[in-house]
Parts: sequence; structure tokens; C-alpha cells
Amino acid sequence: MIAVIDYGMGNLRSVVNAIEMAGGNPEVVSDPSMLQAAERIVLPGVGAFGDCIANLTRTGFAETLDREVRGKGRPILGICLGMQVMARRGVEFGEHAGLGWFAAEVLRIQPADPALRVPQVGWNDLNVRREHPVLRGLPKGGDVYFVHSFQMCCDDPADILATCDYGGAITAAVAKDNIVATQFHPEKSQDVGLALLANFLRWNP
Amino acid sequence: MLSKRIIPCLDVRGGVLTKGVKFVGNVDIGDPVESARHYYEQGADEIVFYDITASHEGRGIFLDVVERVASQIFIPFSVGGGIRTVQDMRDVLLAGAEKVSVNSAAVNDPDIISQGAAQFGSQCVVVGMDVLKVGVSEKIPSGYEIVIHGGRKHMDLDAVEWARTCEALGAGELCVNSIDADGTKDGYELTLTRMIAEAVSIPVIASGGAGNPQHMVEAVTEGKATAALIASIVHYGEYTIPDIKAYMTGKGVKVRSVW
Repeated sequence: MIAVIDYGMGNLRSVVNAIEMAGGNPEVVSDPSMLQAAERIVLPGVGAFGDCIANLTRTGFAETLDREVRGKGRPILGICLGMQVMARRGVEFGEHAGLGWFAAEVLRIQPADPALRVPQVGWNDLNVRREHPVLRGLPKGGDVYFVHSFQMCCDDPADILATCDYGGAITAAVAKDNIVATQFHPEKSQDVGLALLANFLRWNP
Repeated sequence: MLSKRIIPCLDVRGGVLTKGVKFVGNVDIGDPVESARHYYEQGADEIVFYDITASHEGRGIFLDVVERVASQIFIPFSVGGGIRTVQDMRDVLLAGAEKVSVNSAAVNDPDIISQGAAQFGSQCVVVGMDVLKVGVSEKIPSGYEIVIHGGRKHMDLDAVEWARTCEALGAGELCVNSIDADGTKDGYELTLTRMIAEAVSIPVIASGGAGNPQHMVEAVTEGKATAALIASIVHYGEYTIPDIKAYMTGKGVKVRSVW
């Protein structure tokens, strides 16, 4: 079972549909104790950083995730805000501590080109910085779908799997041990996204 | 680099697809779910469903259509028409739409924009603006006025001022539809599109008037839009999305290709 975490941050339907399409068996999970039965975990999320971490903490997911992911090494995929909350700190609507799985800060995008709009909305091509099983077989320079105003800035560039160019390099995917996360939405990135999800379903970190 | 988006717009009435010319004399052209799949496979970057009659005939929202689309296509899509309340927004988002487009309801009650943005995030909230060229006046300094109900009701509201208001209230994107250009196939209203794009920092989608791929190139260059809405030129098979994208690529515009 692939646990898709429901902590009140947005619609999970497209994530569930896409995991099914990629060959997985998703289950929406709103009770942290259910994670014990999960083979893998997907942490989606839209909205603001502060609300997200507050909801994860209030529902008990923050603590359980730490145990399951960092303690037991359960594979996890974070998507969009679900990636950002894995950072040490976010600054959207005030400063908030994150899960702290990545030595990173989540900062507002400031494109060098003033003609570029914030949020970044749309399809952008990936520049793969580092090979990773979850990116295996994806087309070179394939476009994936982004919607975000903030980005994860990593202390250690080795954590970065891929970037996209939006008036400067934007972190598009990160990975460390059994954790992988994307700023873009694989569930909305057509065949490239579905291939990434299929890779995640097969990944044995 | 960000790709410019090509977005087919499917006007739906009673569960079937229509495309109006200047909003009258609509002709039925097919099943919205099948059409969405077709455009998805062809490389549409996003799809818009618009319940064209909802705002004045009180039609319900096509939630079953939305659900069927959500289980078959894995690109973003938005739903507009008949969205009057935050609950209406919630319903289409839960049915699987990525974004919800508000138009008349936002003009009548701008709070729906801020409430929607607060509850679902700005990225979900697209404000659709129907705009008519009326000439510069004291009330309408830009010369472009907001109208609703398919152009039947003038709102005494300047389009540029309204665009700024929408952005301030938390809209994530603006879809600027020229009533004058709609259905003409003479090209987008570039002056209007550019004026709005320069007035706000959120993405602007050009809408109304697409007749050939050059028009789309103009919308994202001269018009400064980040996306272009298309309808009849693809609905009737005059051009395919790959044709359009090949042309745009040839003109140096970055677009996405399907893997």
C-alpha cells in the first residue's frame, strides 16, 4: 500500500489517480498509525508552509513521519509543499521550522529577470544534476509542471537532483537516503510525471 | 526555461461541447471528456472547461465530467462557469480540477477571490475577465471595460484596475478574454493583453480571437501573455496542437513537446 498523507492540505485526488495510473495501490491516510502498514509514503501539499507544518504537527504525522522515514527508512516522495516542509525552515507568512530532513531554507523566488512572474506557473524543463533511480529513463530536458512562489535552497548542493531555469536555477528535485522530493507536480506532468511515479514505486533505497 | 502554454478551452453546455461565436449561435461539437483526452494526447499544456450557460441560467456544475476527466488526464485543468460560492469552488477542486475560474461572481463579490485563495491557495484561483473595448473615459481610463454574462452587462469597471484588484485579493492567474475578438479569428486583443500583463505580476492568459498559430506567437510576445487559450481553431480540426507548437517553436517560442 502506498500511503498518501491527508493532513488537510489540498486535494489528493489527482495524486491518487496518478499513482494508480503508474501501477501503484494508493490509499489516502489521515491516521498516522496507518503508516506502519505502508510500503511507501507520498507527502503531497498545496498552500502555505506554516499551515502545512502546523497541520502535520497537530495530526501527529510530523512525529510519526520522523520515526517511519528517518528511523525505519521507509521510502517517501514529497511533492511541492510536501517537499518544502522537509527543509529546516520556511519564511512564507512568517518564519516556521520545518521537518528538518534537508539542510535547506525555503525562500521566495526572486527571478533575476523582472519580466518573469511569481508564482512560476507552467511547464519547465529539468536539468538533471545527479543520477537517481527515481529519475531513471526520463527524457533529457523533459518538461514538468510547476506552480510555486517559494523554492528550497539547499546548503549542500549534493542534495539537489535537478533544477529548472527561472531567472536563475530553481531547485526542482532533491534526494537523500530514502527521501526524494519534487517541487513540480509529477501527478500533473503527463508521461514524464507518470514515469517518475512508476520509478518511485519500484525504488528500493 | 518556462514553456509558453497552449490551453484548449472546452465550452460545455448540458454535458456536451459547444463553441460560440460572440456567444450566440452555439453549435454542439462533441463529448467533453473525449475531447479532453484527445487534446491531452496531442500535447495540450492545460485544459479549461467552461460551463457556458451556468452564470445566467443557473446550471449546475458538471462534476461528473470533472471527475471523469481527472481520472484520465494527467495535466492541470480548470473549471469555470457557475462558480458563485467558495463551496462551488471546493466541489470542483474535490472532483479533481486543479484550478477554478471565477468570472461574474468575482465581479459581483470580490471577496470570493480572497476567500478562495485563503482556503485553497492562490494557485487554484484563476479570475476570468470578459472585457469590451469602450474607449477612454473618466470612468474607464484604460478604455477597456469589464462586462459579465457573456458581454450583456456592463459593470462600469476599468479592466486594468480590476486586474490589479484581483491580484491584490490573491488571484493566482488572470484569463483576459476580449469580447470584441472572441470568435473573429483575427487574433488576440494584443493591446489589452499587454496592458493587463504589464499591470500585474501574476501570469496572464490571452483569450479570444485565435485564428492561426501566428496569433499565439503574438499573444506570448507582443501581448506578454504566458499562455494562450484556443478553441474553434482546434475544435474544428483546422489546426492540431502539434501544428501550432511546431510553428511556435519555429518562431523561437519555447513550448513543451509530448514525450
